[in-house]
Amino acid sequence: MATITIREALNQAIREELARDEKVFIMGEEVAAYDGAYKVTKGLLHEFGPKRVIDTPITELGFAGLGVGAAMVGLRPIVEFMTFNFSILATDQIINSAAKMLYMSGGQFKIPIVFRGPGGSAFQVSSQHSQALESWYAYFPGLKVVMPSTPADAKGLLKSAIRDDDPVVFIEQERMYGNKGEVPDDPDFTIPLGVADIKREGTDVTIVARSLMVPVALKAAEQLEQQGVSCEVIDPRTIRPLDIDTIVESVKKTNRVVLAEESHPICGVNAELSAEIMERAFDYLDAPIKRVSGADVPMPYAKNLENLAVPDVARIVAAVREVAYLD
Amino acid sequence: MSKQTAAPPSRAGAEEQSSTSVIDTPAEVDRKQLARERDEIKERQKDRFAGLNQEQLIDLYRQMLLIRRFEEKSAEAYVAGKIGGFCHLYIGQEAVAVGAISAINKDDYVFASYREHGHALAKGMSARAVMAELFGKATGCSKGKGGSMHMFDKDVGFLGGHAIVGGQIPLATGAAFASMYQGTDQVTLCFFGEAAVNQGAFHESLNMAQLWKLPCIYICENNQYGMGTSLARAMSLRDIAQKGCAYEVASEFVDGMDVLAVREAVLRAVERGRKQSLPTLLEVRTYRFMGHSMSDPGNYRTRAEIEKYQERDPIKLFSASLLERKIVDEKRLEEIDQQVRHEVEDAVRFADESPLPEPEELYTDVYANPIDPSRNR
Repeated sequence: MATITIREALNQAIREELARDEKVFIMGEEVAAYDGAYKVTKGLLHEFGPKRVIDTPITELGFAGLGVGAAMVGLRPIVEFMTFNFSILATDQIINSAAKMLYMSGGQFKIPIVFRGPGGSAFQVSSQHSQALESWYAYFPGLKVVMPSTPADAKGLLKSAIRDDDPVVFIEQERMYGNKGEVPDDPDFTIPLGVADIKREGTDVTIVARSLMVPVALKAAEQLEQQGVSCEVIDPRTIRPLDIDTIVESVKKTNRVVLAEESHPICGVNAELSAEIMERAFDYLDAPIKRVSGADVPMPYAKNLENLAVPDVARIVAAVREVAYLD
Repeated sequence: MSKQTAAPPSRAGAEEQSSTSVIDTPAEVDRKQLARERDEIKERQKDRFAGLNQEQLIDLYRQMLLIRRFEEKSAEAYVAGKIGGFCHLYIGQEAVAVGAISAINKDDYVFASYREHGHALAKGMSARAVMAELFGKATGCSKGKGGSMHMFDKDVGFLGGHAIVGGQIPLATGAAFASMYQGTDQVTLCFFGEAAVNQGAFHESLNMAQLWKLPCIYICENNQYGMGTSLARAMSLRDIAQKGCAYEVASEFVDGMDVLAVREAVLRAVERGRKQSLPTLLEVRTYRFMGHSMSDPGNYRTRAEIEKYQERDPIKLFSASLLERKIVDEKRLEEIDQQVRHEVEDAVRFADESPLPEPEELYTDVYANPIDPSRNR
């Protein structure tokens, strides 16, 4: 076990998969000569050369579609969006081409491609650069959506995503690239897609959190422990397909749920989780499900306003106390 | 300063006129002039016979006729309620797909738009598989899940049937990228209508193709209308081949009513693709004789305009050339027509008698690696 950052874990995953399979290549803006806008692809151009580590023009729709076309005839592209905000330009190719190709061709054309990059809020980059888009992509059958929260998850899940035969939207978190954690040394270490992880066991309240909200929820759980409340923190890790069974089992044990996310609340992943839990475990609930989401506004620039827009430890603590009827 | 005395023509009147009468079409059909023009095209076509043997020439004719008869049957079946959804017919444009695809190999790739029945047939898909797909049957090329706009056949290198205008252009660029990446000498043909040229996907793709030297041949089938909107009302620079200059992509104009002109132009582009790994943009000027789709009465075009292009019908033009060059006689043409009609009728019978997809098929082919989370734990 080595202790490395999420950035380094992602870099290892891409490096190992490039070395493992000639059909894998990575393309995107500044991924090669610049070593990646966020340095996730650092050193890869030097190691693998310009054929497999490709700087693209700023042309997101074009290179996303080019990747899908290359995947149709057998390559396994990793397409980096400098941030997922820019993937909005490429949604036609991600949704209309990648997600639907296998189905509308009657099973003839699989699309083994990974669309990856940072998403969610960063630090004071305002409205157009601070968006959590997972609910958009998770809406579409044909796509898989992955959001890691630790270095080990980042590495193991990205390797699985690259080896998967379906289009995977792999959303990292801009604020978390420097977060450290232990990662197994085994080059064949992978984590299967579609399996939730219980990040902390507990008995009183279940907190479901993903990406940036996982460390926040874990801090909240620590504080709550001192207040006499035992929280179970579950990270679904894969939004589609969703490991709802693990969440429901936890709810059956704790009977109380808080759902935390940094994305907007309307039509979000938490809304879906809430419906699933209601349908599967209504009789086990001792309190209404409580959602903690990002503010329903475009992200503001001012530091104090930005802090108000992103859920923090205090809000999760308050929500847990509310469903536990402590206040 | 002179005072304006005459009122300008009313704007409303001008718009009304432009919506029903477009481009420089004469109000009355000058049949003698049309015949003269047709004969000139025919003479040019006959000069292109060199290098093709009798069998090849007849096969080009047979393929165009197959598409024509296939589409006529599709229209009938659509009216009879056998085909649902949208149905965009290729009648009038047959020379483009047939001429172009005759210039490539079986392992080369073809991408097309939603008006792709003809390209599918020309790339070697069976009339049965295409018709059964139109009928939404399990035996269709896409198992009844794609329909008119999403024909696919991996075995013959036909990579779709894409129904967002311009969406196939980056995809085809990607297939050409894969050929470059893997060092094969395959080329990719990418067909799209002229309206797709206004999409960003076109410009983004041409830029990357030239930048990275990708053997993709972009074939713009300029039939002059994006649904009901004429080119003149939708595009500032209407000489589409010129747009290649913006990306240093080699380009040329091609007469899309002459199957041999199309073939020759694509052969030149294929050579550029295979030898230099470079893209080409071809603007192929053609015309669709039917509406945009089966639900389009087409009242934005004049009869005179349609008749002008029907006079240049690529199939009539080519049969006349074949007869004049004594490649075929009337009897042979009649035999070919009978054979093609039989093939299309067989396809309709096959489609009609084929089973619907099983209800379980609703949930198959969503994922290549389906994941059941409960099984993973």
